[in-house]
Amino acid sequence: MRIVIAEDSVLLRAGLIKVLETSGFEVAAAVGEAEGLLAAVREHRPDAAIVDVRMPPGFTDEGVRAALVMRRETPGTAVLLLSQYVEERYAADLLSTSTSGVGYLLKDRVADVSAFLDALRRVASGGTALDPEVVSQLLLRRHRDPLDRLTPREKEVLALMAEGRSNAGIAAALVVSESAVAKHINSIFAKLDLPHAEGDHRRVLAVLRFLDGEG
Amino acid sequence: MASISAARRVRVHAPWSAAAWRDTVFVVSGVPLQLAGWLVLGSVWTVWAPVRVTPILVLTGVSAILLLLALRPLTSWQRERCWAMLGLDIPRMPDFDGGRAWDVLRDLRSPELWRVLQYHLLAGPFLALGGLAVTAAWAAGLALATSPAYAWAVHPGDPLADHPQRVAVLTAVGVLLLAAAPWAAAGVRRLDARAAAALLGPDRAKELQRRVEDLAEKRASVVDAADLERRRIERDLHDGAQQRLVSLALNLGLARETLTGVPDEAMRVIVEAHEEAKAALTELRDLIRGLHPAVLEDRGLDAALSGVAARVPLPVRLRVDIEPRASSTVEAVAYFVVSEALTNVVKHARANEVDVRVERRGDVLRVTVRDDGAGGADPSAGTGLTGLARRVRSVDGTFRITSPAGGPTTVTVELPCAL
Repeated sequence: MRIVIAEDSVLLRAGLIKVLETSGFEVAAAVGEAEGLLAAVREHRPDAAIVDVRMPPGFTDEGVRAALVMRRETPGTAVLLLSQYVEERYAADLLSTSTSGVGYLLKDRVADVSAFLDALRRVASGGTALDPEVVSQLLLRRHRDPLDRLTPREKEVLALMAEGRSNAGIAAALVVSESAVAKHINSIFAKLDLPHAEGDHRRVLAVLRFLDGEG
Repeated sequence: MASISAARRVRVHAPWSAAAWRDTVFVVSGVPLQLAGWLVLGSVWTVWAPVRVTPILVLTGVSAILLLLALRPLTSWQRERCWAMLGLDIPRMPDFDGGRAWDVLRDLRSPELWRVLQYHLLAGPFLALGGLAVTAAWAAGLALATSPAYAWAVHPGDPLADHPQRVAVLTAVGVLLLAAAPWAAAGVRRLDARAAAALLGPDRAKELQRRVEDLAEKRASVVDAADLERRRIERDLHDGAQQRLVSLALNLGLARETLTGVPDEAMRVIVEAHEEAKAALTELRDLIRGLHPAVLEDRGLDAALSGVAARVPLPVRLRVDIEPRASSTVEAVAYFVVSEALTNVVKHARANEVDVRVERRGDVLRVTVRDDGAGGADPSAGTGLTGLARRVRSVDGTFRITSPAGGPTTVTVELPCAL
């Protein structure tokens, strides 16, 4: 799997390269700012790009904006955004383009190497990886009233679903059986009036559509 | 002056005391300056006194202009006189003393100009009369007090010769005048000093207003500077310590997952270090987020507050309605208010849910944080509420808290949108 890294901290860039190469990924390019990222993606067409949100020159949301451009120009390249802080606004921007092949995680998550690499693989293969923190922000924002109808357990399931986990992943996280998870999900869809859909990222799409108040 | 005994006052006002001479010299030296205003006005008319209307009008204009041009030198000489003889410092008036001599003609409606005119044309002449009276008192006093010598020296047949009663009466009057002159001089000196300070120096009310404006401006810049400093610290920590820590945690995580054949003891140390590094990252993140989140600059209060609210371990209802955006300093304070108030709720309130509302009404940003907890919050008990109130006051905001025992607790903060 070929990866491009955009991260302005030299130290962290080196660390990421080491982690990826040790785990059998191929790092096609590693750059320090948004312009270089776009050029590298056009040139190498990697499977995924790992992108820092705050990069030169402005140190605000350059990474998010570059990711939006990438989604338009090279839809085949998945984007995993990393940031010291996750913000629901940036998540909403990113997910408004499409929910397949996007991820948005706190930077700290790279320290849990195998979980981080799982998320990267999931994103690169067209799935979704959202940080629990950003999911809880999204849940807080929108349409509280229908959400109030969910039981606490169902809210947990919804949050895990929004992170992009499969039924098996949710079952493992909550230590329940997969059939129990399926039951919860059906109940959630019924309460939230969401259409049934196939595949993880479409579930996320459905959830986020609902959270954004567009569904 | 009440504390000074009568004996001391008499001593101070004795005709031979230094104070009496100082007052006298001061009062007398004022006379020519105080009459100068009218002298300037009248000087043109001594040269030529027309009887036709047009020349009279022209001459009136000319003399008025001459007087106006003389005002500034006259005023500064008066100030010099007060400073040199009394040590009384009358500050210059920026609006009147600045620029060139003929700038006085520019703004004939300036209140400073009219106050100066009042001194030179009304108070001045009256004080000059006082000065002349003091001079007369000294002169007559000296002349009359020394009348016995005169009476002794003159030829027989003079009205004073061989009239001891007359001489005695005149001498008594002279001594009385000599005794009274210092009091008169002190009185005129006091009046003059008061008039000069009131009419030739800056207007107190205006000066205070200017000072308030100046202080408000300074305070705003201090608040802005503090805000800028917080942002700088946030940037430095983000670019430095945070990246290093992430990198450290990453390397420890890698070691933890890839090293094989490491003794258990060593592995345990690595695992502990890894967990410790992650905990440090979380702590540092929360600390920096409280300083000034980058997203606040970028996307505003609404976006920044969702992050704060999401980290509170109880249900938060957040409603933000603030179009157009307030100044960045005010936004930073509003952010701090919500963040600090929520921290307080989590620490002390034992609440089940919190309601946060931020709304803009005209030029006021109103922040309300309400929880259904135990109540009884006391802003003077040294909780975070004290710092919160202080930060709100720094931008001229108001801070109110109602927290009856048994709850609910409501913190209401109103901030002016433009500093």
